[in-house]
Parts: sequence; C-alpha cells; structure tokens
Amino acid sequence: MGKAVATEEFVDARVADIRRRADWIRRQALTMAHRAKQGHPGGDMSCADILATLYSAVLRFDPANPQDPTRDRFVMSKGHCTGAFYSALAGAGYFPVADLETYLQPGSRLNGHPNRNYLPGVETNTGPLGHGLPVAVGMAVAGQIDAADFRVFALTGDGELQEGSMWEAAMFAGHRKLGNLTVIIDRNRLQQGAPTEDTNSLEPLADKWAAFGWEVADVDGHDPAALLELLSTPRGANGKPLCIIAHTIKGRGVSYMENQAGWHHGTPSDAQLAQAFAELDAELAA
Amino acid sequence: MSAAPQGKGFDCRNAYVETLEALAAEDPRIVAVVNDSVGSSKLNRFRDQFPERLVNVGIAEQNMVGVGAGLANGGKVPFVSGASCFLTGRALEQIKADIAYSNVNVKLCGISSGVAYGELGATHHSIEDLAWLRAMKGLTVIVPSDPWETAEAIRWAAGYDGPVFIRVSRMAVPALARPEGARFEAGKAEILRDGSDVAIIACGTLVHRALDAAEALAAEGISARVLNMATVSPIDREAIVAAAGTGAIVTAEEHVVRGGLGGAVAEVVVEERPVPMRVLGFPGFLETGSAEWLFERHGLTPAGIAAAARELIEKRS
Repeated sequence: MGKAVATEEFVDARVADIRRRADWIRRQALTMAHRAKQGHPGGDMSCADILATLYSAVLRFDPANPQDPTRDRFVMSKGHCTGAFYSALAGAGYFPVADLETYLQPGSRLNGHPNRNYLPGVETNTGPLGHGLPVAVGMAVAGQIDAADFRVFALTGDGELQEGSMWEAAMFAGHRKLGNLTVIIDRNRLQQGAPTEDTNSLEPLADKWAAFGWEVADVDGHDPAALLELLSTPRGANGKPLCIIAHTIKGRGVSYMENQAGWHHGTPSDAQLAQAFAELDAELAA
Repeated sequence: MSAAPQGKGFDCRNAYVETLEALAAEDPRIVAVVNDSVGSSKLNRFRDQFPERLVNVGIAEQNMVGVGAGLANGGKVPFVSGASCFLTGRALEQIKADIAYSNVNVKLCGISSGVAYGELGATHHSIEDLAWLRAMKGLTVIVPSDPWETAEAIRWAAGYDGPVFIRVSRMAVPALARPEGARFEAGKAEILRDGSDVAIIACGTLVHRALDAAEALAAEGISARVLNMATVSPIDREAIVAAAGTGAIVTAEEHVVRGGLGGAVAEVVVEERPVPMRVLGFPGFLETGSAEWLFERHGLTPAGIAAAARELIEKRS
C-alpha cells in the first residue's frame, strides 16, 4: 500500500490549500467591513474555514455554468455573513474579486444579504433567519425524487436555531431520510448580543438533531482536515441526513474579536485592521 | 348571464385539481406541496396517480413554502397548496424572501380563500391576503371568478416561469357565460358587459354578483360596465383608466376594504383619472356566520353593488 503515503501527502496539500483560502477569505471580509464601515465580521471569521473547505474541496460546481442542474447546492442560511460568503464565491470564480470592493456601496450587486438575482452562485435569497434550511430541504427532496446524485449543504448560525422554521425543516428532512442533505451549524455560541445559552439555550444540541432523525457529528470548525474528512465522505440519497455541529469561535483569527458579542456587527479601524492582518500573517507562518 | 342561484354552482377546487392532474400527466416537473391539506385541497387523486410527486410537509407552512422554493431550484414546478389563511399569513415572510424576492418558479394556491370557512371565524378567513401579496412586486396575484377561469389560470401559471399566487375559492359560483374562443390573459381585465354610466370592477366570487347588479341597473335604465379583474397584481391600468371614463367606479371583492382590489384600482384612478369610487368589501375581522350570511350582511350582493352604483351616479348628477 505504497499509495497511502501519496494520499496522505495529497490530503496534507489540500488542507494547506484550504488554510490559505480561509486566510484569504478572512482578509477579504475584514477589508470589506473596514471599507464599507459595516458588516458582520464576527460571524464571517467563525465560518471562514467551513466555507474554504466547501468551495475548495467539497462542492461540485462550475462557476461558468452556475445553473448546471447536476451541481451541488450550497445554501447560506446565515445570510448576514456576506463578507465571508461573497469572498468565497469570488475566490471560487463566480465573479471578479475586484467586485468585492463594491460591498454595500450604492447600486452594488453585493447587497448586505445575498440575492440570487444579483450574483451567480447564490441559490436562494437569505437574510431573515430560519429561511435557508427549508429551501435546502426542498432542493434535497427534488434530488431524492429524481434519484439525482447532487448533494445539498446548508450553513446555519447557531442562534438561528431559535427560529421555529428550522425545526420544521429538520423534522421533515429526518422524516424523508434525506441522505443527500448536510447541515453545518456554525456553533460559535454567540448570537447578536449574548451567548446562545443565556438567551434561549440550544443544548443538548446534538441530542435534539439525533431525535429528529439526523446523524450528528461534532467537529472543530477551524480544523480543515477534520471538516474535509466529514464533508467529503460520500452519502446516499436515502438515509439519515447529516448534521455537523462545527464548534467555532466567533471572530476566530483576530484576537480582539474572538468571543466578543460586540463584534457581531462592527467595523475595524485602520489600526485594528493592521493588527488583524499581522495576527493572520503570524498564524499563516506558524 | 349568471343564472345559477346563490349557494349553488361550482366549487373551483375541482377545476384546480382536474387541471393540475392533466398538466402533471404531461409534465413530469409538476409536483404538489401541501401542509397536511391533501383532502381540503382535493389532492387525493393526484396523490394516488403521482405518489412520488405529492410532497406533504405536515402542518408546517413556513417549511412548506421554503420547500417549494427548493423544489423549484431543483427543476420542479411546484404547486404549493394550503388553506389561504395559513399559506399567506403564517408563511408571509417565506413568500416574500424565498418566493417573490428570490423570483423563483413557484405557484402558490390559496385554497378555501376569502370567507369560505365562514363560521370558523376570522382566524380562518383569508381576507387580508390580497393586500399583503400585491405589495410584493414580481408576484402575480390572480383571483379567478369561476371554474373555467380557475382552470385557465392554473394552466397559464404552469407555463409561466415565475412566482404566482392563485386564490382558489370553494364557495359555489356559477360558470360565467363567455364569448366563443374567450381566453384567459394574465394581467388583462375582461370586459364581461359593456356600459357607459358606471363601471363595476370585481374579482373572484364577486364577479357574477356584479353581473347580476348590472342586470338590475339596466332595468332602471342605468348602463353599467362590468370588468372581471382576475389579475389583481400587476393590475390592468389601461382598463381602469378606460373604466373611469364612465364617470364612476364601484369595486367589489371578497376581501377587506383596505389594500385589496379596491385599493389597487383607487391607486390608478387618483393618479390617472380621478372619478368618484365606492370600494365594497369587508370592514375587518368578521362576526360568526356562514360565508353567504357574511356576504349578505356586508352588502356583497347584487342589490348592495347596485345600490352603491346608484349612489355614485346620484352624487355625480
């Protein structure tokens, strides 16, 4: 099995690539919030590694043919984190990276929340919480009816799970045995103004999803190797849907943002942006 | 013209499901999505014919509308059916964000609309839906008047690439007499009777009553034009401006008097050609009573419509 060594090297290279892309997404998102003087940098930082993994090594898509019926679907249910999402889409080739400079500017396609009629790669308009998962479930049902082999992924916030519509969708996905559906929960434990557990507690979160008929996996949401392994394992169209609870840190990678609810919204100053870049440089070098 | 007596006639749900079954037999992309409403939407036969294509999400309207959007993304042509009061009220933000704003190919069918569930009370009436939905640009809102128009609207919606809401009545209505070769055209008012003294603009269950009112007015020497405004949004501005040429407009709808068909007509009239108007509909949350009793009580009858027309004409002279 001499191949095993090569495979390991291959995986290592892929993981290194994901790390570089996640770093790039973080820098873009911070720059966008800094330039626009608006944004949701805390949530952008917590989901950067997940998006980088999906767009560089998991999703099957062709940016030149965004409506390809055989494509995998990705739904950004936590639609406010457009700094990270738009960066991931631009990085994946859906539109020019230079367009990121227009983020939140008058007339820009880069609205505060994603609009599928403005940007290729956006599957459904999100922003109000609790919308993305039901739509993802519908996509998975369509795939199930057609016995198609595309997969559907939805990235949700954890605070978002306080919306009842998420549980309507979770219940139905379990009932339909949508094995082609994977939900990734960005479990950073902070909602807009406070910890989720102080506001309306979600725990025991894994038990809840399991009780709704889902296979549940816990993972470090900043560990691309672990994310890659979980996300790229093939799954059938019929079987339990997969819920990945990605344990993350809101603001991850920028010391003054980490675990600070205040950075849910926020604009880094010039000095803060410079500090963030220096910290990201150090992490990348490590 | 509309001879069937009140309380007798056709339940438009039958025209809806028969058309949907016929379309589904031709087009494998058509699916039905329901909120436990297989029976009340009369989709039992559809389920038996196309078991894989009936998606029942259970009692969960928000998820139902979101799932509809996802099915459209997956290449399906979903007809999302549920009692109109729950479909539109409970899932209003899903209709806004997932359907209208996303601009996806989903057909929303509000079953048992208006005050069809009369005695069940205001929670089960759907008489705010036109106001809510016509505020959403890009969502075509259709209120068919009889079985023929229901079938035509469903057929049109299946072939149209975009979001549509169709209000399907279960209240008995007569089949309206139409000229040979009449065809349904979304966004276009249908002149069912020409007239020059006053125009009555109605939709849905009020159209046959408007025709009866015009008949009564004719006996008094008043010439009333009757427009069937099946498409409430986008509204046929030209037909309204032309109707204003009669000098007075009465609107009639199975909806509250704020923001529905009357509001839509008034918006055009004040901008283009101001004439006196009367908006007939319901005042708000309604008393206990059958649909027919509620229509009578609130003047949504041929006599009530004729009286409003008479008043306007007297005021003008």
